[in-house]
Amino acid sequence: QSLLPPMGFGKHKPKMLLMGLKRSGKSSISNVVFHKMAPHETLFLEATTAIQKQNVMKFMDFQIWDLPGQIDYLSSSLDSNSVFSDVGGIVWVIDAQDNYLEPISRFTSAVVALTELYPSIRYSVFIHKTDSITEDYREDTIRDVMQKISDELFDEGLENPPVSYFPTSIYDHTIFEAFSKVIQGLVPQLPTYETLLDTVAASCRFQKVYIFEVTSKVYIASDTKPSDLSSYELCSDFINAIMDMYGLYSWDRPKTSSISPMDDERHQDVGAQTVEAMVCSARGNTVYLRELNAFLVFIGVSKEPNFQKEKAMVDYNIQMFQNTLLRVLDRG
Amino acid sequence: METSKKVKQQKKKVLLMGKSGAGKSSMRSIIFSNHVAKDVRRLGATIDVDKKRVKFLGNLLLDIWDCGGQDAFTESYLTSQKSYVFGDVGVLIYVFDVESSDFTDGARGHSDRDLQTYGSIIAALDEYSPNARIFTLVHKMDLVANEYRNEVIRSKTAAITARSGRFARRIGTYATSIWDETLYRAWGSIVNSLIPNLDIVEEGLKDLQRVTEAEEVVLFEQNTFLTVTRVSSEIGDENPRGDRYERLSNIIKTFKNSLSGYTESNSSHQFDSFTIKTGIFNLIINRLTYNTYVLVVFPPGEAELQCARLNILSAKDEFARIESVAEGADDDFRNLRGK
Ligand SMILES: Nc1nc2c(ncn2[C@@H]2O[C@H](COP(=O)(O)OP(=O)(O)OP(=O)(O)O)[C@@H](O)[C@H]2O)c(=O)[nH]1
Ligand SMILES: Nc1nc2c(ncn2[C@@H]2O[C@H](COP(=O)(O)OP(=O)(O)O)[C@@H](O)[C@H]2O)c(=O)[nH]1
Ligand SMILES: [Mg+2]
Repeated sequence: QSLLPPMGFGKHKPKMLLMGLKRSGKSSISNVVFHKMAPHETLFLEATTAIQKQNVMKFMDFQIWDLPGQIDYLSSSLDSNSVFSDVGGIVWVIDAQDNYLEPISRFTSAVVALTELYPSIRYSVFIHKTDSITEDYREDTIRDVMQKISDELFDEGLENPPVSYFPTSIYDHTIFEAFSKVIQGLVPQLPTYETLLDTVAASCRFQKVYIFEVTSKVYIASDTKPSDLSSYELCSDFINAIMDMYGLYSWDRPKTSSISPMDDERHQDVGAQTVEAMVCSARGNTVYLRELNAFLVFIGVSKEPNFQKEKAMVDYNIQMFQNTLLRVLDRG
Repeated sequence: METSKKVKQQKKKVLLMGKSGAGKSSMRSIIFSNHVAKDVRRLGATIDVDKKRVKFLGNLLLDIWDCGGQDAFTESYLTSQKSYVFGDVGVLIYVFDVESSDFTDGARGHSDRDLQTYGSIIAALDEYSPNARIFTLVHKMDLVANEYRNEVIRSKTAAITARSGRFARRIGTYATSIWDETLYRAWGSIVNSLIPNLDIVEEGLKDLQRVTEAEEVVLFEQNTFLTVTRVSSEIGDENPRGDRYERLSNIIKTFKNSLSGYTESNSSHQFDSFTIKTGIFNLIINRLTYNTYVLVVFPPGEAELQCARLNILSAKDEFARIESVAEGADDDFRNLRGK
């Protein structure tokens, strides 16, 4: 019952806005998540002065707009309809190590104003820069921000506002995990994917399985077992390692002249092969990755000691899964 | 293959010096204690000398002396503790903080204290360990914007060389940052300059490269993932990524830390094998001996992959033999570890 059309269909592009006061960390977030910037490099970022529109996810037609902090989004001078129509979700970034009272009231008044005009927008509040709050205060700060926002919205008559909260930091995986959840909210076929992934997890005895978007390491779906940050971290670091090594060894090799026609054929066949990777730890954990298409990979974490022995069965199951999934994707 | 040569165990004292806050302890803990870059912000200043013994391969022991760089400590290294600190040094690693305001080679109105201290330390080393090797690191390069890096490195290298006295022609200078692979490049060369009998190991790698028809075989030390040595085929030599060895160290070490965080295991061998199969190449990283991992890159294909697996398996025995020769003289370390 999503209001969004299926991914990749028509001219319609689901849009997500990144909003918040200036210096709250919006540009840092979009650079770290979507442009592989190293977190400490964000110190060199300059203030954003114009709306940045980016097509970030290649697997579906989807845009992120980074809105500069100093614009009053609700002023009449702004053509607010061109900004807010089509918006699926708004991510509102609050710098939690700074005084957060002003950002909170800016956020709540935005929600109040927008809810009337665009009731389908969903809001995700990133309680950001949690890395620089000492551990003793972190939980309290997060709870305090959540409480203040829901109190203010309640006072404005919004009892069950469509707002979710995510503690985040660009220095760890929380920002990727948060973005994953936000983006999953925009994927119309999510339930289909989840059912498929549950089936595959059961048949191959994976502890946890995901579909990742490779470049951003956002996962667009997982099985429906409770989400588990440590598995996510492992999988995302696994993709990183693979991509980095791929970068070192995927250069154009000189063609050797001695290849016979038969060999040539064989090589073409090999060339069409999908990327597959696996790591086996001393403790019997296995992480298995398989490319689904140019943008998406399947990853499963297994604790089966016999995983390697049963790998042929796993390969077969994953192949079936891939075929089904690609049909779903094609249908849009 | 010649494996009967007895390799004697070597102990090397490694001095790690430089101004307080330069980043000495950060580097040491990333390379040898599996910390990650973002965690070292929590390190406190080192008090006096922090000694740590690490075993690097079967026959090389590194005694790393991380010398706290606050003025009072430096003062005492150069006076009362002089012979104790500077005697019997194998390597001195001197770390300069690239942002330090005390580094201006005497330019007007600025202090050159950093270089002066360096000069005094060089003199002390010359007196007590004239055969030591020196590596100077210009550290925290990430704080310098890209376009200025070359110029900064050039001028700092010149200033350091000018103060290096008799060692001037033998010092190695590296630009480093804990945030990228430059750290692994510098430490890789430092440790490599200390490994004895690399030739035996290299022979073994060449054999492995031939039987697997690999374009590249790289040997890593199991804990640090610094490159021990490597062999490439003619094709492998043409790989345009000249920085790939230090990058590999960084990539694999980072992943290894992630995996050990997940399994929460203390065992230093965090994975047995890592395989990537693509249409362009196959890549296997496999545990080889107690002290090493090997990376093999070879042509694509499932049959090739199976073949290479078997060949690596049989190479394991071969290398275990090489290593056991090397470990023959290793008994005193065994005892030490038991305590
Ligand atoms: N930006 C940046 N910071 C670094 C780098 N390496 C270390 N640091 C930081 O520098 C600070 C001091 O690092 P330490 O390793 O404790 O310095 P030290 O040289 O051991 O200092 P003493 O023990 O007092 O001699 C820490 O906050 C590190 O996070 C680097 O490459 N880049
Ligand atoms: N400690 C910490 N600093 C952050 C984090 N995210 C961003 N920053 C810093 O916050 C500052 C402002 O970020 P920027 O992205 O320019 O903010 P914008 O104006 O909202 O786009 C930069 O110096 C970033 O390095 C975080 O998670 N933790
Ligand atoms: Mg220290």
